[in-house]
Amino acid sequence: MSILILAEHDGKELSPVTLNVIGAATKIGGDIHILVCGKDCDSIAQAAASISSVSKVIKADNEVLEHHLAENIAPIIVDLAKDYTHVLAPATTFGKNILPRAAALLDVQQISDIIVIEDAETFKRPVYAGNAIATVKSSDSIKLITVRGTNFDPVEAAGGSASVEEYSVTASQDLSSFVSAELSESERPELTSAKVVVSGGRGVGSEEKFELIEQLADKLGGAVGASRAAVDAGYVPNDYQVGQTGKVVAPELYIAVGISGAIQHLAGMKDSKVIVAINRDEDAPIFSVADYGLVADLFDAVPELIEKL
Amino acid sequence: MKILVPIKRVVDYNVKIRVKSDQSGVDLANVKMSVNPFDEIAVEEAVRLKEAGKATEIVAVTIGPEKAQEQLRTAMAVGADRGILVQTDQPIDLGGVEPLAVAKTLKAIIEKESPDLVIMGKQSIDDDSNQTGQMLAALLGWAQGTFASKLEIEDSSAKVTREIDGGLETISVNLPAIVTTDLRLNEPRYAKLPDIMKAKKKQLDVLDPSELGFSYEPRLNVVSVSEPEERKGGIKVASVDELIEKLKNEAKVI
Repeated sequence: MSILILAEHDGKELSPVTLNVIGAATKIGGDIHILVCGKDCDSIAQAAASISSVSKVIKADNEVLEHHLAENIAPIIVDLAKDYTHVLAPATTFGKNILPRAAALLDVQQISDIIVIEDAETFKRPVYAGNAIATVKSSDSIKLITVRGTNFDPVEAAGGSASVEEYSVTASQDLSSFVSAELSESERPELTSAKVVVSGGRGVGSEEKFELIEQLADKLGGAVGASRAAVDAGYVPNDYQVGQTGKVVAPELYIAVGISGAIQHLAGMKDSKVIVAINRDEDAPIFSVADYGLVADLFDAVPELIEKL
Repeated sequence: MKILVPIKRVVDYNVKIRVKSDQSGVDLANVKMSVNPFDEIAVEEAVRLKEAGKATEIVAVTIGPEKAQEQLRTAMAVGADRGILVQTDQPIDLGGVEPLAVAKTLKAIIEKESPDLVIMGKQSIDDDSNQTGQMLAALLGWAQGTFASKLEIEDSSAKVTREIDGGLETISVNLPAIVTTDLRLNEPRYAKLPDIMKAKKKQLDVLDPSELGFSYEPRLNVVSVSEPEERKGGIKVASVDELIEKLKNEAKVI
């Protein structure tokens, strides 16, 4: 068995989810190689080489890879894949964008968003917004898989000493180009890897009042999330969304404030270790998954919580 | 400009699904079926482009059972000009027609129809794979603009703003291209009764997959489909003080 993992990074450092994907690969077993694509990404390749359980890093360093356009990265995966039994990527917008493009070119039916590895060919994945779990067995000779990071323990970022090999990229596919990005800048921990997440919903009422959610998150050293309703209402940007079509989180502590608990939202947070719900409506579905429910007006309860913590 | 909009018949998003007791799949008998919500957004975007004078024809395509004609009629009621059904009795949610096979089928139709743009949902809410658009773009050798929250058509290209984990990213894609929709691209309209009546007269072609050379043998064997582990609700606390006490001493998370 030999596994190639497409590393996710932001041009400066490896995304933490890469360590979880490597954790998933160790459950399949075999040699683990990491593919780092980008521009001036040597420091990232070196960081990948020092991860425990990694035996080789392949670095594709070229300006056409700077913005991770799927059209330019997929052919690299296709070219390398023949030497591997499995190709893994995180089930993030990065991995979801690129891997199916490579899978189609390899004539492979990809397996999306796996949460359990039964054996090298058999995997569990959520379907119907997590309301059913499908166990699927692949008959393809190469398996292309996206991995839900929160379901696998990360490996140690240090302790390895893999070799770094260069992969030379010939040219851009010239199908698409990067124009601009508006990325959220935050001092807070990243949503999908934070130990504590405080999320606000429609009940918060406005962009200004969302500050209360942020203050509580800061008090706990946590990340800030939101329900789809809060994002649609414009209280916070899209990248805050927790749910089936947003981010999936599984922190030690998840505090849902003013969130009713639509199935769509529950699909993104129900694997959290401890769930707290604060809502005025005692019949809100969120209470059916909460370990601790507090029926209260959030504008009374949250300031009190911030003061007493 | 001609726009092709692939859509899918899925369980309505308000339905609480049930897993079959023999674990062979999800029970879809007598369950309300609808157009996949992301595909409704795709249809709406195409209709808006036509209303803005940028598109001339919208063709809706689906793969599914005979009853999937209902979803094509819905798309035509909001503005698609005609519909194509590739009719199959294979399951379309799990263990039947898979994303790669859908992409191959759509490629065959695109080769006949020659659209300038394909707009489709980023994922269907049954299988949740999020693959078909990217696969179709790959098979055609076209550009892809996935998870779109904004779409601007220019002369021979389109600007696509994408919802990504870090925020928003805008890319330019050469046309023809595949664009997959995210939730905030637009708010789909409801069909008006006169338009529903008119849609019944619009052209709807039914094709057999074998005419296109497909048999839909699944590559992924669905071993079983089970209920997720039920998360039990806990307790209600009476006050903020009690909540803090429980989090400190019982759950030990703060």
